[in-house]
Amino acid sequence: MSKEMKLQLPLTKDISSSLRAGDYVYLTGTIYVARDAAHKRMIEGLAEGKDLPFDVKDAVIYYMGPSPAREGRPIGSAGPTTATRMDRYAPTLLDMGLSGMIGKGKRSPEVLDAVCRNKAVYFAAVGGAGALLSQRIKKSDVIAYDDLGAEAVRRLEVEDFPVIVVADCEGNNLYVTAVEEYRRA
Amino acid sequence: MRELEVNKITEAVRDMCIKINHELSDDMKQALNGAEASEKSPLGKKILGQLQENLQIAESEMIPICQDTGMAVLFFEIGQDVHLTGGDFTDAVNEGVRQGYTEGFLRKSVVSDPLIRENTKDNTPAVIHTSIVPGEQVKITLAPKGFGSENMSRVFMLKPADGIEGVKNAILTAAADAGPNACPPMVLGVGVGGTFEKCALMAKQALTRPVGTHSEIPYVHEMEEELLDKINGLGIGPGGLGGTTTALAVNINTYPTHIAGLPVAVNICCHVNRHISVVL
Repeated sequence: MSKEMKLQLPLTKDISSSLRAGDYVYLTGTIYVARDAAHKRMIEGLAEGKDLPFDVKDAVIYYMGPSPAREGRPIGSAGPTTATRMDRYAPTLLDMGLSGMIGKGKRSPEVLDAVCRNKAVYFAAVGGAGALLSQRIKKSDVIAYDDLGAEAVRRLEVEDFPVIVVADCEGNNLYVTAVEEYRRA
Repeated sequence: MRELEVNKITEAVRDMCIKINHELSDDMKQALNGAEASEKSPLGKKILGQLQENLQIAESEMIPICQDTGMAVLFFEIGQDVHLTGGDFTDAVNEGVRQGYTEGFLRKSVVSDPLIRENTKDNTPAVIHTSIVPGEQVKITLAPKGFGSENMSRVFMLKPADGIEGVKNAILTAAADAGPNACPPMVLGVGVGGTFEKCALMAKQALTRPVGTHSEIPYVHEMEEELLDKINGLGIGPGGLGGTTTALAVNINTYPTHIAGLPVAVNICCHVNRHISVVL
C-alpha cells in the first residue's frame, strides 16, 4: 500500500530501507546535484585516490542540470534528467553509502541490485516539470567543478520537494508494476 | 525581388527562443488538458495536473518549462524571390540563438565536439534546415529539442515485404522502448519513405505539426489514430508511472521511396513539445 509522507534529510538507512515503490514523498533538507560530466569526474577522481566533493554517506543525489537563475532567485528551471546515463557510476557511490538518487527513467540491473544491497532508494521526480520543481528549491550553491557550467556539482536546500519511490530495497520497481496494471491485453 | 536584412532573422529567432521555452503552443496545452480529464490512473492524473501547473508557473514567473531548453532546430522556408542582405545567413541565425539563450536565461546545452565535449556556452550552433519555396516571404519554424526524448528516437530500415504491419510495429517498439525515459506523455513524429536521412528529417518536421491535426492521406490518418490508441494501451502513462496517457499524438509524414526500401524514422518528443513559427 503506497503512502504519502514528508521526510527530513539526511536520508538515513533506516528511513531509506522503509520506503516502498509507489510512496509519494516530500523531501526537506540538503541534496546534492550531479549529472553526466560530474559523475565521470567523480568516479575518475576516486580511481586516482581523490576524495568526492561531498560526503555521500546518507546523501541524496539529484540528477539535474538547471537553467541559469534570474536575478534574486536561487536557481532556474530544475527538473530531473534521465538517470540511465548515470548507471555506470551509481553502484560505486551506493556502495560508498549513498542512500538516495532522484532522476527519471529506467535503471540497469546493476543499479537495482546495488539499491537492494545497500538498502537505498531510487526516486523519480516528474520529468519536464522544471518550473514547478524550481520553486521547491530554496538555496543553491556550486560546490565543485564550476567549469562544467550546468553540469557542476551543487548543494541544494529543498523544501517539500515532491518525488515518487520507483525502486526500493526489496526489489520492487514501479516502472514495471504500475505499467502492468494499465497495459491493455 | 524583395530584400530582407538578415538582422530581422536574428531578432525573430531570439524572440522565438525565449517565447517557446516559457510558453507552449495552444495545441499542446489543450492536449495536456484533455489528457488530465481522460486519464484513468489517480497518480497519472495528479502528474498531468502538475504538468499544467508547471506551464502556468513557467509563463507567469518566466522560468523555462523544462531545464533542458534544447538544441535549437530551425526550419527555414525561403521564398525564391527574397534576397537576404546585410550579412551571412547562418551567422545571423546563430546570433539569434546566442542572444535568445543568453538574454532569456536558457540553459546552454551544446558541446562543440561530440567527443571532446566542451560547452560552447551560448547554445550555438543551431541545427538549420532550409528549403526554397515560391514567393517572397521567409517562414521560420523553431523547435528546441530536449535530449531525454531525442535519445530514445530510432531509424528502422525496413524492407518492402515488412509492409504496413512492419511500420506499425516499428513505431510501437520505439514508444515502448522509450518508456519513462522520454518524459511521457510523448509526441511521436514519424517519417516513412524517402531515404535514410529524408525519413529522419520528416520525423522531426512531423513533431512541428500541431497535435490534433492529421495527415491528408486517408490511410495515414487512420494509422495515426490506430497507433495513438495502441501506444496508450501500453500502460506506460504520465511520467512512466502507469496510466492510460502515454502519447498525445502520432504525426506521420510520408514521401516516395526506392523499390527496395521502406525507411521509417521515429522522433520522440516529451510533453514539452515546443514548436513556433513566424513569417517575415
